Amino acid sequence: MNFNLPALRQQFPFFTAHPDWIYLDNAATLHKPQVVLDAMHQFYSQQNSNVHRSAHGLSQQATAAFEAARSTVAQFLNARCSHEIIWTSGTTAGFNQLVYGLMGPVLQSGDRVLISSMEHHANIVPWHIHALPFGVELDVVPLTADYRFDLAAFTELLKLKPKVVSISHVSNALGHIQPIAQIVRLAKAAGAIVVLDGAQGIVWEKVDVQALDVDFYLFSGHKLYGPTGIGVLYGKTEYLALLRPLLGGGEMIKTVSFLRSSWNDLPYRLEAGTPNMAGAIGLGAAILWLRQQDLVAIQQHKQGLVQRFYEGCKQIPALELLSGQTTNAGIVALNLKNEHPADLATLLDQQKIAVRAGTHCAMPLFQAINSKGSVRFSFACYNSFDEIDRTLAALTTAVELLTE
Amino acid sequence: MIRPDIFTETATALKNIYETQLPELRQLKDWQSKYRILMTLGKALPAFDSEWHRDEFLVQGCESKAWLLHYQDPVTTQHFWAFDSDARIVKGLIILLLVQLNGLTSEELAHAKPELLLNELQLQQNISQSRSNGLLAVLNKIKAVI
Ligand SMILES: Cc1ncc(COP(=O)(O)O)c(C=O)c1O
Repeated sequence: MNFNLPALRQQFPFFTAHPDWIYLDNAATLHKPQVVLDAMHQFYSQQNSNVHRSAHGLSQQATAAFEAARSTVAQFLNARCSHEIIWTSGTTAGFNQLVYGLMGPVLQSGDRVLISSMEHHANIVPWHIHALPFGVELDVVPLTADYRFDLAAFTELLKLKPKVVSISHVSNALGHIQPIAQIVRLAKAAGAIVVLDGAQGIVWEKVDVQALDVDFYLFSGHKLYGPTGIGVLYGKTEYLALLRPLLGGGEMIKTVSFLRSSWNDLPYRLEAGTPNMAGAIGLGAAILWLRQQDLVAIQQHKQGLVQRFYEGCKQIPALELLSGQTTNAGIVALNLKNEHPADLATLLDQQKIAVRAGTHCAMPLFQAINSKGSVRFSFACYNSFDEIDRTLAALTTAVELLTE
Repeated sequence: MIRPDIFTETATALKNIYETQLPELRQLKDWQSKYRILMTLGKALPAFDSEWHRDEFLVQGCESKAWLLHYQDPVTTQHFWAFDSDARIVKGLIILLLVQLNGLTSEELAHAKPELLLNELQLQQNISQSRSNGLLAVLNKIKAVI
């Protein structure tokens, strides 16, 4: 096994700057290895020019670097070609383009869309804005008793013939890994277009969009060791071709007259305005970095962290664990009985443990389980067992303060 | 209906906290002891009817909720509040703001900087960074009565 935690951690300059903090808010955003920062710095200091626009050699160099990053993403996902990779500013932006783009060409009044109870607001609110006002109906797959995706209920709901099924790969609030292979297979058999929200899933396991046969897959760069402000909307060519552009202007056009415009080919048709060039190049660098790591070893390490933390939590009285220990991508959500999650998180913050409290942009999930929210501990490859032990000690102190 | 004596009862409780627990808090150095006190401050407040947990009184923070009732004495023009929060630490922090503000006139309120006390006690370094616990929203709503 090729996993050397100190050497890996050393590559993240953030930890040198904050040696006294324990960062367990990784589901919110990940830290960046030095190679990502270097790639962006190199772009701005040596390659910066607007892409695709100018005939000069500098612009061509910038364009080549930018398009190379697209190819890196395409290979990483095993897309059929690089024009299936659309740059967005993040998962949220990608969903807004996707939902807007489906309205009309794919979705019409009376059509149904199926999501799950665990979705992030990014896979809920765009439907509210762009689809429901035009008569589309939203159905929701319920949770099982242990807060998992209910495949039996899903199978039933597919009988309503949804045109689109849009589900998260990994739940950001609970960490549960959804049965995506079965979800895609069943939904496709029912004739639906299948969308996966990969914001939390992409960093957990290798995604092969062709083997999965998923139609759209979205993720954010900053949750994959890359920069903020860049994300990816992957789509099969035949479905991307259907999407109406949400944003207009820049390189997304073919011709423009005062009264009408015709649109460029993919991927540019869905990338209006000057793109986030440095962001794309940073994300490309993050993916190349990740491909050099032993992904299986990282997965095992994260599972080990979850297990150590989970077992420790079970020893602390009055803690209620919302997440399950298995089929978990590295997130443990919990509450202290009768106490507000914000109080627990504040007492951890006092001890320099960075966690998130609240409803984690998944308010409907917490309504469904009748809870005010949770404190969420999310782990990444660079966290250590020592950090878990110190966190458990801090958690014990916080719980004692709250229950004495 | 809001019973008017909730404001006088809250005022008495706040006055007691100002005289007893606040000096104690100023003495303490370690964070555990400070938070221990902060988290129990809310217990001294009069019971807040769950019927007042209404949207019109709600100050929505990111993580926790607070409900704020306001009354202005028509004769003295003093402002009085009663409130509740579903999180204990935020409730304690709001108390530390209100022990300084309850009973002030509009003019006095306009000049008050109650957040300085939280810095001094090292409970909240910078209130403008407290968007996530809703304390800033509460302070803005308190000051909005002017
Ligand atoms: C499952 C899931 N979907 C969507 C998003 C939105 O990502 P972003 O804020 O980068 O657009 C997140 C991020 O929190 C997430 O965890």
